[in-house]
Amino acid sequence: MGVLPSPLTGSLLVAAAWLVVAVAGLIPAGNAAFARRFAFPLGAAAGVALAAWGLQAVWLPAQTLTLPLGLPDLPFHVRMDPLAGFFLMLLGSVSAGISVYAAGYFREEPSGRLTLISMQYHVFLASMAFVLLADDAYLFMVAWETMALSSYFLVITDHQRPAIRSAGFLYLLIAHLGAIAILLCFGVLHGGRGDYTFDALRAAQLQPAWASVAFLLAFFGFGAKAGMIPLHAWLPEAHPAAPSPVSALMSGIMIKTAIYGMVRVIFDLIGNVRWEWGMAVLVVGAGTTLFGVLYALVQHDLKRLLAYHSVENIGIILLGLGMAMVFIGFGHPAAGALGLIAALYHTLNHAVFKGLLFLGAGSILHSTGMRNLNDMGGLIRGMPKTAFYFLIGALAISALPPLNGFVSEWLTFQTALQATVLQHGVVRSLLPLFAATLALAGALTAMCFVKVYGIAFLGRAREPAHRSPLPHAGDAGPMERYGMAWLAAGCFVLGLFPTSFLLMLNRVGVSLTGHGLSEDALLGSGWLWLVPTAMGQASYSPVIFFVVIVAVTLLAFLLVRRFYHGRLRFSDPWDCGYPEQTSRMQDTADAFGQPIRHVFGPIYRTDRRLPGPEDTEPRYSLKVEDRHWYWLYLPVARAAEFVSSKIALLQQGRISIYLLYSFITLIALLVFVG
Amino acid sequence: MSSAAGIAFQILQSVFVVLAAPLLVGWVNQCRAWLQNRSAPSILLPYYTLAKLFNKDAVFAHDASPIFRWTPYILFGCMWLAAGIVPVLATGLPFAPAADIIALVGVFALARMFSALAAMDIGTSFGGLGARREMLIGFLAEPAMLMTLFTAAFISGSTQLTTIVDTLAHREFALYPSLAFAAVAFLMVLLAENARIPIDNPTTHLELTMVHEALILEYSARHLALIEWAVAIKLFAYMTIGIALFAPWGIADAGDWSALPYAFAALAGKLALAGAGLALIEALLAKLRLFLAPEFLSTAFLLAVLGMLTHFLVKG
Repeated sequence: MGVLPSPLTGSLLVAAAWLVVAVAGLIPAGNAAFARRFAFPLGAAAGVALAAWGLQAVWLPAQTLTLPLGLPDLPFHVRMDPLAGFFLMLLGSVSAGISVYAAGYFREEPSGRLTLISMQYHVFLASMAFVLLADDAYLFMVAWETMALSSYFLVITDHQRPAIRSAGFLYLLIAHLGAIAILLCFGVLHGGRGDYTFDALRAAQLQPAWASVAFLLAFFGFGAKAGMIPLHAWLPEAHPAAPSPVSALMSGIMIKTAIYGMVRVIFDLIGNVRWEWGMAVLVVGAGTTLFGVLYALVQHDLKRLLAYHSVENIGIILLGLGMAMVFIGFGHPAAGALGLIAALYHTLNHAVFKGLLFLGAGSILHSTGMRNLNDMGGLIRGMPKTAFYFLIGALAISALPPLNGFVSEWLTFQTALQATVLQHGVVRSLLPLFAATLALAGALTAMCFVKVYGIAFLGRAREPAHRSPLPHAGDAGPMERYGMAWLAAGCFVLGLFPTSFLLMLNRVGVSLTGHGLSEDALLGSGWLWLVPTAMGQASYSPVIFFVVIVAVTLLAFLLVRRFYHGRLRFSDPWDCGYPEQTSRMQDTADAFGQPIRHVFGPIYRTDRRLPGPEDTEPRYSLKVEDRHWYWLYLPVARAAEFVSSKIALLQQGRISIYLLYSFITLIALLVFVG
Repeated sequence: MSSAAGIAFQILQSVFVVLAAPLLVGWVNQCRAWLQNRSAPSILLPYYTLAKLFNKDAVFAHDASPIFRWTPYILFGCMWLAAGIVPVLATGLPFAPAADIIALVGVFALARMFSALAAMDIGTSFGGLGARREMLIGFLAEPAMLMTLFTAAFISGSTQLTTIVDTLAHREFALYPSLAFAAVAFLMVLLAENARIPIDNPTTHLELTMVHEALILEYSARHLALIEWAVAIKLFAYMTIGIALFAPWGIADAGDWSALPYAFAALAGKLALAGAGLALIEALLAKLRLFLAPEFLSTAFLLAVLGMLTHFLVKG
């Protein structure tokens, strides 16, 4: 080792630094300038360092350490291996951009609140680092709960508003349902032997039935955090409630820790992956993908819409993971490794572009005070730089080449196309159907982001200038722009140079399953070519693609310039010569979603009121709701209320009754134990 | 094959497609006029139209943003790129491995996204209407197209169009039921993606029915010319994809100059037939109501999926 600490020590130092920043922000009490000028930039610098160490760790053998912390006889174990290294890199690099942005975003926050936000924010970051580093169930659960609690406090930053309090409560509730399942899963893996270090859990030989139980518990528990259907209900509530950098952190990074947990428990701790589990993951993943994007399409609150897109993208990640499990379960490790790589690559990509989009939404909110798309329009004129970054995010999430979203969806498609190697006839013909789901979701996402971008940034403001803040909206401040530029650059780097990340993820796959991509794939891959299986079967070169598309576009431009005059006049819009146009006649977000509501009607619970012919004050109202509330959440809530009202009968408030309870309990114990 | 010859073939093919595309549009229009008992315009009319448009003065709305200004060039660039990917005259072109069928669908999606954004840029009601309808058609057509291409990819074990065409062109003659399904689905997608009857009507400006024309309503002069040209290249690219997948015989290998005249003649003959067929379809069918378009396209999607399943059934 040179002068630099090893990745494991370095990552612990970064996590400690985040904790120090969190506490230090409190000491100069009520000093907002400290949080803005030092806390967030320092946090960002620590993030960059963490990313570097994570990147290094992918290429090194696993390292473990026992910390002198924790309970007596129950110390914290930490471990750095390629999987943890990859996720730490994700955490560090994405959070760096978000922290820089936060330094600008919170510039008008009152100082008392800002120091509190800064503390919760950095504790949140540190707890995510510990989740990724944990090597025993105890530290994992402690970090997991710290993560849930610190993010809960961040979500309810504006706790004066009742809607935000109830959003926070819903988040906390589902987070804890998930946590219970995870705890039970560790219990099953432990099986009453040894201790709770991951090494012991890994070594435990489970019977197939118990392994399946552990899988289901892990899938449910981590799925609740990731936001898979039908446990997604907290995302569209909590993300809009939180301040935008926090939404970006939660949607970009926190739900990815759940993917980390899923991969860690299923591929690493349980081991022997079964293909039936993969099919379960695929079915849930396909449902999550489609429901997520279809609900996103009918939203008009920008941050809610983005939250539903997080649900969709988690579905896409699950599709990759599920295919990996199917292939590994059937004994095709090379195809399985490809699926795992596709899933993890999409995890990273989604963190980058969804972080970027949430930051863009934050900048809009900051300069106009608006979240409702129906009120926006023409923002590209007031905030051209934000519009540019948001466009990159929108193109990336719509899986358009040559940006990063396309690469991971391309890899997922390639995985599905490996289905021919499977022997099981039904599964073999089902896998391409999941690819079809992905194709459908990708095209729907493009539609949704045409809607978002076209309505928010393009077109004209809908209200006259004296009634609307839009014409006076200024662009995002410099720190906000640097944060967005960092993530936008990430979209390009991940999109244009995927091979280096492919090789990195291949290493993660090898360390988890013992197998990586085929020899042909590794031979064919250079910095220029992305080759998942073999050259001649499939290849993609984003750099050539990008250079050619830019070159031919410029060539077209130059040729037209060279051979024709460049005269240009400005005039009123033509619009088929219809003169009585106002800007209120533009499409709204709800209008844009109307064909989708029409085609996919039964999926939504729609409440639409149209004015009658005799109404003197015609009113139009439209409410589109998530059906899951009505068939799942409300019945469960009612049942819980009913049960607790019955249990409340026990509470009589008289001490003699309670003594009687104690007496009965003692007798019962004597009967059963004695 | 030497790489110099390969690059020469690549450039030759790209330039050929760009220059020949308006001719195909002219041919389709001519055939349709004949079928409708009208006296047909010159087959060169699209070229005259382009020349006329390029020489006019361009008009922009006051509110136009850079997206509006750049979209025609991006569209043209995307279609030009697509023309480079599809094996029109020869397989094994040097650029082919850089983008496979999924990337090809991605190029079309990129073009669609930009044209929809440009339509919403001015903030007119027709622009938004066109963008909404275009994306509605696109979100169903795109997966159907992918599934069609996947069927061919399963048969040849590759997602590279050039390998697929090589496999299909040089195989023993065999009937693939899966390809029959795929061909029907592809035809339906072609009609929808190129704004043809029964999904859209390229010759109408009726407010209530137009899709593609509503998108480009605000463009004029050279920008409109570029878009019209890009649309022509798109039709050409789609037809050659269809030919490459379902009737690839006669295509040359890159660098093989001697096979080029034959490949050229075969292509011209197949395109003439396909263009006439397209005109016939347009003459026979009526335009569908907008909300029947999703049904039309989901039929295409299901057919493509059925084709893929058939492949597994027959093979398994």
